[in-house]
Amino acid sequence: MADAKVIPFDEDRPRRRIPRRVRAVPAADPVVEPPAGPEPAPAAAPGDSWDRRIAGGLAFLRRRVTGDYEVDDFGYDKELTDQVLMSLMRPLYDKYFRVEVKGIENIPAEGGALIVANHSGTLPLDGLMLQVAVHDHHPAERHLRLLAADLVFMLPVVNELARKAGHTLACAEDAQRLLEAGELVGVMPEGFKGIGKPFGDRYKLQRFGRGGFVSTALRAGTPIVPCSIVGAEEIYPMVGNAKTLARLLGVPYFPITPTFPWLGPLGALPLPTKWTIQFGEPIPTDGYAAEAAEDPMLMFNLTDQVREQIQHTLYKLLVQRRSVFF
Amino acid sequence: MQPGDFFEGGAELVGKVVLVTGAARQLGGRFVRRIQRDPDVERVIAVDAVTPPHRLGSAEFVRTDIRQSAIARVLAEHAVDTVVHLAVTGGSAGTGGAHSTVKETNVIGTMQLLGACQKSPTVRRLVVKSSTSVYGGTSRDPAVFTETTEPKSLPAGGFAKDAAEVEGYVRGFARRRPDVAVCVLRFANILGPYADSALAEYFSIPVMPTVLGYDPRLQFVHEDDVLEVLRLAAREPRRGTLNSGTFNIAGDGVLLLSQCSRRLGRPTLPLLLPALNWVGSALRAVGATDFSPEQIRLLTHGRVVETTQMREVLGFEPLYTTAETFADFARSRGSGLLPPERVGRAVDRVAAMLDADGLDGLKDDAYAAEGAKR
Repeated sequence: MADAKVIPFDEDRPRRRIPRRVRAVPAADPVVEPPAGPEPAPAAAPGDSWDRRIAGGLAFLRRRVTGDYEVDDFGYDKELTDQVLMSLMRPLYDKYFRVEVKGIENIPAEGGALIVANHSGTLPLDGLMLQVAVHDHHPAERHLRLLAADLVFMLPVVNELARKAGHTLACAEDAQRLLEAGELVGVMPEGFKGIGKPFGDRYKLQRFGRGGFVSTALRAGTPIVPCSIVGAEEIYPMVGNAKTLARLLGVPYFPITPTFPWLGPLGALPLPTKWTIQFGEPIPTDGYAAEAAEDPMLMFNLTDQVREQIQHTLYKLLVQRRSVFF
Repeated sequence: MQPGDFFEGGAELVGKVVLVTGAARQLGGRFVRRIQRDPDVERVIAVDAVTPPHRLGSAEFVRTDIRQSAIARVLAEHAVDTVVHLAVTGGSAGTGGAHSTVKETNVIGTMQLLGACQKSPTVRRLVVKSSTSVYGGTSRDPAVFTETTEPKSLPAGGFAKDAAEVEGYVRGFARRRPDVAVCVLRFANILGPYADSALAEYFSIPVMPTVLGYDPRLQFVHEDDVLEVLRLAAREPRRGTLNSGTFNIAGDGVLLLSQCSRRLGRPTLPLLLPALNWVGSALRAVGATDFSPEQIRLLTHGRVVETTQMREVLGFEPLYTTAETFADFARSRGSGLLPPERVGRAVDRVAAMLDADGLDGLKDDAYAAEGAKR
């Protein structure tokens, strides 16, 4: 590591910690409008709160069973995501991986932005945790729309849930449409090269595709927010890859970890690592001319800039980390 | 739409002669009746291979098969200047024919019709009904199709392939006759009280078989909107709009298949894809519904199109959104096994039972919130 010398200065600086938002009182934030759904308001008495919650749950149930809810063109079901899917992921986020979020203020409060993150961990849990992080920590409770591989949309059940959670296929058309609609889009340009890399290569960023995400952001004129995720690399230490089996199953890799597949389903349990998600300074893209998106040299330069920034932050977070698990 | 709009795009001194193919179908018949009321239309010639079961008003019905060259004579005889080609259909129970006949009418019929148009000196406008199924639909396709999206894989057969081939011939015709304004309208699934499409039949099955693990996004366009946009395409463009080219036509918004089944009150039966193929052929064999591989594809991946061109270039605003179209359709079909009202009441009863345990007033709050949302 070339920049190991800078460590002491970093260590001296008091670490800035974003206070964890108190989940029990969602309406405490003055910026936030009360959610559209009949989510329980802050309660006076605990018993009252439960009653309200039940009433809200029943109203929610009534809308679901009669089909009286809305989805957007991408199949994103906001109500289901907020009330069910997010709540399912939250224990994993809060209790299991104990995700710490830094630099949330780098995400704009409104308008489109492209969050570019590193990808790791054999299973794309990092994407899901990133989605929870953005929603729970951002003052405007923004929803992250992730771009996912086509494999996600080939698998039954998975594709259905992914669409409902607001994910869509990683292609320029979808990304640009979302960005132009003012959505927050998350992309992991390393793709399968990143998520399926051996444990020995952890925290070494892979090639960033062909830099398509940069031209998409440029066309939409939205800033790029680099994001570094530490902790996801160690959840499934991939020590081997059964390539023949992977080819038979039609998946890009078949992970072999110290526990999987030897312990069966138990081996598929991720290790409870401690995560840190850091959002970096946004890189503006609105200063370029209209034809800049076609300029390959500029694309490569910007891609490298984003990549360098993520890699640098990863190293910095790694030297700050006390242990993998705490 | 104001009545004055008709005259805006250049008042024509001579009335138009409109030829409509596929007039024996429900939609064709309604369009024939509708367009003859337009003040600038002098005569309407309705063409089909079978005698329509419905009235055609003052239109002149010519029974001819568009697969035969006789169609050229019809064009010349009546000095037709506008051709509205609606005989591109999925061929559901209404036609009774096997798919080979439908395919021949779609493809060979279009070729004959285009050949006749090319020869005709009077034809100035051609409107072709196509379908958004030309985009196919796979897991590797973008979520929303625009008019310029190239399909990832060409449809292997059925109506989608027919429509894609028809569009190919129409493009060739547009190149050879640049003086003719050609408008191709790609309709999303057409629904409404009179719908007789394969999808409408599917929505009438008491227990709808679905693909396990997939919840497709569907988009609908109302029959009334279809008639309106066809009328818009068949006449001179209004100022500031252009009605030649290819346009996606769909109502606003998206419904998931699960939402459709709940709003209809028809339970679903999720099946694995191979099992669904088997059920599909079984249903086809007994003639219950046309459950084609193409329809299974729609029910797997769904299909959503962008309609910006329709609004901004064609200048058409549909009256019905996707959800409103579906509601109108659902009303006409009567309720299924689990009507949403009854299911909703069941939930209310549970709420009332809890209410008795001391949940005073809270339910009303929730209802007020719900009411406000509506």
